Amino acid sequence: MSADTASPSTVVTLDLRAAENTGPTLSPAQLVWRRFRRHRMALVGTVGLILLLFFIVGGSVIVPETAANDQSLRERLQPPSAKHWFGTDSTGRDSFNRIIYGGQISLVIGVLAVGMSVTLGTIVGGLAAYYGGWVDSLLMRVTEAMLAIPQLFLLIVLGRALGQKFNFTLLGETRTFQLQSITFLGRSYSASVGIVIFVIGLTSWMYLARIVRANVLSLREMDFVAASKALGASDARIFFAHLVPNTLGAIIVSATLGIAGAIISEAYVSFLGLGVQPPTSSWGNMLTSAQSFIQRGSWWMWLFPSLFIVYTILCINLMGDGLRDALDPRSSR
Amino acid sequence: MWSYLARRLIQAIITLFFITIICFTLTRLSGDPMAQYANRPGITGAQKLVIRRQLGLDQPLPIQYVKWLSLALQGQLGDSFFSKQPVTTLILQRLPMTLILMVTAQISIISVSLLLGIVAAIKQYSLTDNIITTFSFIGFSMPIFFIALGLMLIFAVQFKAWGLPYFPTGADVWDQKDLRAMIWHLVLPVSCLTIIQVAGYSRFLRSSILEVLGLDYIRTARAKGLIERKVLFRHALRNAALPFVTILGLDIAGLLGGALVTESVYAWPGMGRLFWEYAQRNDYPVVNGVLLMTSGAVVFFTIITDIAYTFIDPRIRLG
Repeated sequence: MSADTASPSTVVTLDLRAAENTGPTLSPAQLVWRRFRRHRMALVGTVGLILLLFFIVGGSVIVPETAANDQSLRERLQPPSAKHWFGTDSTGRDSFNRIIYGGQISLVIGVLAVGMSVTLGTIVGGLAAYYGGWVDSLLMRVTEAMLAIPQLFLLIVLGRALGQKFNFTLLGETRTFQLQSITFLGRSYSASVGIVIFVIGLTSWMYLARIVRANVLSLREMDFVAASKALGASDARIFFAHLVPNTLGAIIVSATLGIAGAIISEAYVSFLGLGVQPPTSSWGNMLTSAQSFIQRGSWWMWLFPSLFIVYTILCINLMGDGLRDALDPRSSR
Repeated sequence: MWSYLARRLIQAIITLFFITIICFTLTRLSGDPMAQYANRPGITGAQKLVIRRQLGLDQPLPIQYVKWLSLALQGQLGDSFFSKQPVTTLILQRLPMTLILMVTAQISIISVSLLLGIVAAIKQYSLTDNIITTFSFIGFSMPIFFIALGLMLIFAVQFKAWGLPYFPTGADVWDQKDLRAMIWHLVLPVSCLTIIQVAGYSRFLRSSILEVLGLDYIRTARAKGLIERKVLFRHALRNAALPFVTILGLDIAGLLGGALVTESVYAWPGMGRLFWEYAQRNDYPVVNGVLLMTSGAVVFFTIITDIAYTFIDPRIRLG
């Protein structure tokens, strides 16, 4: 406190201003990082997530994929032991190894599905707000329709639809279309992984579309957009160079939280047997057989995949909360 | 008000129209109901064609859609392909069971969230608040089958193994008219729905109560000497509950759809399980019927909530 007794409140304000002026000028990114750093739980979440990445990436360096997928019927349904830390499943596969590889699948699905839903959401929301009129009405009614259908029902129906072989006739001959397995980073992913990504991506863009629409609606009226238009910028340039960057904060936050949502959705779809198909493991499909064997008391089959799902979602949610506060320009942190 | 209502109704009808298109297309794409007959011996190709024609599957998709829609507009959702019963009958058979589960769950959810939300808000930053907040954060990050399987493992499987009184897993057959058996079978599914929902709701209530408690009229109420209990319940809670009512209103529609995962884990014969059983067999009429009913309810309750809001909160005028 200052020794000046004349008017304490004025002095404090002046002090603050002085401090702001003398400090180094911070870029927006630095400001965001400073606010994020002060959010203790967000840091905990970030560190937790980094540890998880170490576990599932480092683990796959040490443990070969065959160790996760190989069955050994003699060792089926074993409780945790020194040999199998997390026990074994109903076909004798080691749960610890499957958690490592399943985690990679779950995270890959989470990130790619969110990539897809963010792209869709930004385009739909942006187009609706920018063009307005009947484009807006049409797109928003479709968005509402998708939101009205319960998400799990939508996941199931779409999951079954995309898992089909499609017969279609092109130029007089009948062809069959089916999603193929993909080889990525030296590993082969079954086609079901691609399907799950599509299913989740196509069913989770609606909230973001609404957020982007609301943001673009208010930004569209701002002077800098008018100025840009006066300078002859094209619609696409205004959209991608001015409008999208200004809603980036909201997009980043909802993408982060969206990854958590996508991992849960993957778990739901795989739990119901529509998602990632064995032998490829995912945290969700590890739980499918847990349901049938829980009545025999095979607790480890349920506990470990669930714990990893909860831990991951918790870390991402904590990080997302911190990002939300840090990216909000009105936040005082 | 009336022009607003008319506009909302027109929007709702267009939305419903899109819902029917989305549901119809997706269910038709999700597989061939004839696959059921593929491995059955004694059914010839010609018989399959006859069945296909009987089910109306031989016509082009747009025509099938128009037929289905015009019947649906008259309240007829068609007959199930396999059980041959009318879809409306199937739905009405399951609806009571779903409502019993969901209404019980909702009562328990609302009371527990109110309790936890209020306690966490008035004891802000205390140990109790921190514990509630931590648990709601964890609960918020949980998929429901984690809780569903966990409760089943502990209270049904292990309790039985330890010789304690145990809850049913749902694998047994029970008389649905027996009230005691009903309550006994309700405990676990209701608890797991409660745990999951309370996590989000109590956090939401806590922050809206805290927001209201910082307002001037609360200070006025305290300044005029009201006891804290009256300030809280008569003044603060009434306003803090407003946004909560909106959320509840929107969630009520979801109740009709049941809880697919909880119902399948505990073998509760409700709407969620109806949907899941028939979706696996590509029984289009039933799947479409359930989809249409639940999404229609969501659209309807959104409008009702909007209107109800103007009555609860006179400050809001619909423009």
